[in-house]
Amino acid sequence: MLADKDRVFTNLYGIHDWRLAGARARGAWDDTKAILDKGHDAIIDEMKKSGLRGRGGAGFPTGLKWSFMPKEVKDRPHYLIVNADESEPGTCKDRDIMRHDPHLLVEGCLVAGFAMRSHAGYIYIRGEFYNEAQNLQAAIREAYDAGLLGKNACGSGWDFDLYLHRGAGAYICGEETALLESLEGKKGMPRLKPPFPAGSGLYGCPSTVNNVESIAVAPTILRRGATWFAGIGRPNNTGTKLFCISGHVNKPCNVEEEMGIPLREVIERHAGGVRGGWDNLLAVIPGGASVPLLPKSICDTVLMDFDSLRDQKTGLGTAAVIVMDKSTDVVKAIARLSQFYKHESCGQCTPCREGTGWMWRVMERMVLGNAHIEEIDALDDVTRQVEGHTICALGDAAAWPIQGLIRHFRPEMERRIRARTEKLAAE
Amino acid sequence: MPKVKVNGVELEVPAGFTVLQACELAGVEIPRFCYHERLSIAGNCRMCLVEVKPGPPKPQASCALPIADKQEIFTTTPMVEKARKGVMEFLLINHPLDCPICDQGGECDLQDQAMGYGFDRSRFHENKRAVPDKELGPLVKTSMNRCIHCTRCIRFATEVAGVEELGATGRGEDMEVTTYVEHALTTELAGNLVDLCPVGALTSKPYAFEARSWELTKTESVDVLDALGANIRVDTRGAQVMRVLPRLNDDVNEEWISDKTRHAIDGLRHQRLDRPYVRRGGKLAEATWDEAFAAIAAKLATIDGARVAAIAGDQCDAESMVALKDLMTALGSPNVDCRQDGARLEGGPRGSYIFNPGIRGIDQADAILLVGTNPRTESPVLNARIRKRYLHGRCAIGSVGPVADLTYPVERLGAGPASLRDLLDGKTGFLEKLKAAKNPLIIVGMGALAREDGAAVLAMARELVDRLGAVRADWNGFAVLHTAAARVGGLDLGLVPGEGGRDVAGILAGCEKREIDVVYLLAADEIDTKRLGKAFVIYQGHHGDIGAHRADVILPGAAYTEKPGTYVNTEGRVQLAFRAGYPPGDAREDWAILRALSERLGKTLPYDTLGQVRARLVAVNKSFAALDQQEAGAWGGFGDPGNLSDAPFVSPIANFYMTCPISRASKTMAECIASRAQLMAAE
Amino acid sequence: MSMITADPKDVPHVEHFAFTPDNLAKAQVLMANYPPGRQASAVIGVLDLAQRQQGWLPRAAMVEVAKLLEMAPIRVYEIATFYTMFQLKPRGKYLLQVCTTTPCWLRGSDAVMKACQHAADGETFSVQEVECLGACVNAPVVQINDDFYEDLDEASINKVLDAFRRGESPKAGPQVDRQTSAPQGGLTTLRSE
Repeated sequence: MLADKDRVFTNLYGIHDWRLAGARARGAWDDTKAILDKGHDAIIDEMKKSGLRGRGGAGFPTGLKWSFMPKEVKDRPHYLIVNADESEPGTCKDRDIMRHDPHLLVEGCLVAGFAMRSHAGYIYIRGEFYNEAQNLQAAIREAYDAGLLGKNACGSGWDFDLYLHRGAGAYICGEETALLESLEGKKGMPRLKPPFPAGSGLYGCPSTVNNVESIAVAPTILRRGATWFAGIGRPNNTGTKLFCISGHVNKPCNVEEEMGIPLREVIERHAGGVRGGWDNLLAVIPGGASVPLLPKSICDTVLMDFDSLRDQKTGLGTAAVIVMDKSTDVVKAIARLSQFYKHESCGQCTPCREGTGWMWRVMERMVLGNAHIEEIDALDDVTRQVEGHTICALGDAAAWPIQGLIRHFRPEMERRIRARTEKLAAE
Repeated sequence: MPKVKVNGVELEVPAGFTVLQACELAGVEIPRFCYHERLSIAGNCRMCLVEVKPGPPKPQASCALPIADKQEIFTTTPMVEKARKGVMEFLLINHPLDCPICDQGGECDLQDQAMGYGFDRSRFHENKRAVPDKELGPLVKTSMNRCIHCTRCIRFATEVAGVEELGATGRGEDMEVTTYVEHALTTELAGNLVDLCPVGALTSKPYAFEARSWELTKTESVDVLDALGANIRVDTRGAQVMRVLPRLNDDVNEEWISDKTRHAIDGLRHQRLDRPYVRRGGKLAEATWDEAFAAIAAKLATIDGARVAAIAGDQCDAESMVALKDLMTALGSPNVDCRQDGARLEGGPRGSYIFNPGIRGIDQADAILLVGTNPRTESPVLNARIRKRYLHGRCAIGSVGPVADLTYPVERLGAGPASLRDLLDGKTGFLEKLKAAKNPLIIVGMGALAREDGAAVLAMARELVDRLGAVRADWNGFAVLHTAAARVGGLDLGLVPGEGGRDVAGILAGCEKREIDVVYLLAADEIDTKRLGKAFVIYQGHHGDIGAHRADVILPGAAYTEKPGTYVNTEGRVQLAFRAGYPPGDAREDWAILRALSERLGKTLPYDTLGQVRARLVAVNKSFAALDQQEAGAWGGFGDPGNLSDAPFVSPIANFYMTCPISRASKTMAECIASRAQLMAAE
Repeated sequence: MSMITADPKDVPHVEHFAFTPDNLAKAQVLMANYPPGRQASAVIGVLDLAQRQQGWLPRAAMVEVAKLLEMAPIRVYEIATFYTMFQLKPRGKYLLQVCTTTPCWLRGSDAVMKACQHAADGETFSVQEVECLGACVNAPVVQINDDFYEDLDEASINKVLDAFRRGESPKAGPQVDRQTSAPQGGLTTLRSE
């Protein structure tokens, strides 16, 4: 288990003061100037060495992402954008950072913004997080008042402005280019890539979009050193990670743990175990709604990191662990996710707009067994017609949970169809 | 140039090309719905997916992907095939498949592509989406269940038409293309939405359920409802013009036409002159051609040529105008004019009365000055071209003249001649912008020229152009925007008063003073007929409009779709229109009427065939030999410095939808006017 | 809930909307957050101000926002119908946004939803089914206006609603004995400080 001294989010639960004084007492803003004095590229190198992979779901190496920004500011300003549109079902970690330790994020913004040679950053926070936005805005104000942001931030000679931007209810705005569209005052419809944000992002300027957690851990990494961070977890899956354990556990919670911790350990050590005991486990969605679920047999041993879960044809995603015990109507659980994706599809491109609604409707019939056995294959085929054919990854995200269900629970789906057919025949 | 391979065949493509363009260059067809070369790239339909190496292991939207050197593109692999079939299936699941009752049937992209990529049965067993239809005014009919959300219409309205009124509300499968508030778009280009819609969601309201595309005879023609000379295709069934569609011509109208061009055609069915008339006892009575000609001959027999006059209308073909001119010459009349509006443009040099840089020149202009013109109502498609230039960036646009929303920002520099003088004297900053421009463009409209001091205004515009050095070997920035389709042709043929002759104002004054006894109106309806006094009026034309009502003899002619005709557009481009159908009843081709009359008058014109008339055109002005070409006109002295009036420049188009006998007879145009008035009242 | 995609007819007619001086000042602060000429970026924030002022978002307010931000009204209509937090029809004093996405559903959001639907009278309470609110380890969750009420069940949501009916402001957050998102009954980490 991760030792408390190695935890980054020491006020995760909001037990202590979230304001500047409290944050400083926990080590935030401690000689930030010294970090900045290392220089833009040294910071990026250090981040690369730490092995930090993006905490928003895709797991792209953060330092590498920062290095894509132009090395020189030309006629277009650079922008840092923080994705605080936390909306992936099962995920509620960024919320805790923003309401309980906002200064970690604010300081991270300065450091990351400086590293990528930007003088302005925007934090795009989902609209429903009204109170979290209040805390974050207050923290930004405190930082300005203390000279930590704005002109000559932290006495570094670097000017950096940070703005909070509230959304208004759209999961798709968590997709980085949809977020940029929304930030520009448009509908959150993902852009075609290329061009990538590092070349042409916000207002057509070089931009980098990072998840809250990725940015918030950066100052600690730079303070304690890449080696420290890289020493936690497993190779290529380093560092600490916030896990959100929801669903059928005795004590749902958020917790910061080591990457690569066994799934079972996270659930049993921190979340009070599966309701009714480990043997009552049916399945787990290990990384937020978008990733395929795992049956108990795999859950028994699987490790919680990018590579281990990828090997099981699922993903770490946002490390949102959704636990389902044996009482669960697993088809219904996935059907509800299909409804989610249908509701959140932006409607821009054909496969997602048409496919999410189709998949959801078939899934609702599957819940009742109101289908033919062959339709399971047809449904699987439809998911593959959506997957990989859309502008953004929402199409993939809508397809994968269903694919996981069919992969691991096909017998249950068939059983329902047969049961209903038999019942109708009997009537 | 980068080299790419398309299905194994290597070719060079210009840098900056997209994969889709590279495939087209290679002769490989890529299915598409949302992509349109004249609109921004949306990439949303996903029909154009191809496989690209190097690249991710999934198909890529070729419309949006830039080519890269050494790229390999595959369009027929199983991956591509499966992707396209999948997209097609998705497009069809919520599509009503009501092709038998859909006006798009037979010319529907979705229908066509479904032949290649569709399944023969559906796997979709759910209820189909029901989408309420939208109100988009009198021209565009909606059937939104058919919409495939390609957003072409939204992009056209926003980008080309410049009316940001159409959008997509809601999201996901509930997304709907709409104005949200259910009103007609305030554009003169709405009909193009129907052309752009790849399915039957937006169809032509006036044409609804009228015909199937395969029943129609298609004839290439040229529009005469404004002076742009838009290239059109006239679709007929029997004698009836069913619809007008744009033809592609990048130099003229790209692929757009105005709503008047497209939808005034129902006017061709109403108030037609289908037989000759002779006024007897104060009333117009039906007559035979012989009787009509006899009446004219009897009248002219006693009258000196100097007391005869002729006015050519705004939509005349060159053939009939040259015949008119030749007849008047034969009768000894110098009183000929083609400028009903009194525009102070003389017969030459040619550079003084054409749009010298060509429509295409707008694309190269880097500062534009509008003088006495509202291009949006005078030529909506040309106006869209100016907007396109504006969107392209770095082009100052100023206007001395009427205030109007032109769909792009315009620096207003004043209302009348004095403001133009101020500009010339450097009293506004705009002169500097024009001077700084490499290709300054001065567009002079009839609002500046069709007035008492028109010649002085023309001289001032000339002075400006000279001062800017805007006339060079590679650029002539002097551009006259006409409103009459016949005007440049008329001027080319010298339909202006001869030695001692009278212009339109002189003719009318002469009628009032009884110095003119006979007036020949060749489809001329835009004059004050009350001023014709006691003159004997011969009206030759196709509609029972203003001119015909005043006539003593009516000779029924042909409308532009009913005769082979030569037209010269505002830029001096000579274009041919073919006959799409015959004129109604006893009506005849116009040059032939004049030829027949000339014979009856004993002044037989020296041509018997269309070919001979056209040879005569070239003999009069050799520019008629160069079809479909445009170049700057000869340059020389023109304009006449003189007193300037204080009156502001006023656009000659008071109401875009009704500007000629055809559009005035059109119920559709009347509906457009009512719809616009309703919209104004609601605001 | 079906999505509103056209100007709703069954709403009170609001002829004119104007921002209060206070809200106009707030709108200008928001607009200043973006580079010159990029004031449209503030559209969500300014629409939110309008909605807070009016209680819902009539078309007159959208038109006013369009004017303020120099946007075409259709672009604002698109935004208002795309983002689910905009209320295009009047609603009750308290908007009960019940999350029913899988993590909440697994922990009994059906019962919570039923209780909220029962309470919804359109005046004091309106109810809206929403997708994941991002508080999943405190499921089930109901957002009531700006606040999250967490760890609910039928009894506790009814208690909360009763308190609102009485004009009280019940304490937001977990409705069980629990420190925010920490495991109930004692910390498993961060005990050393």
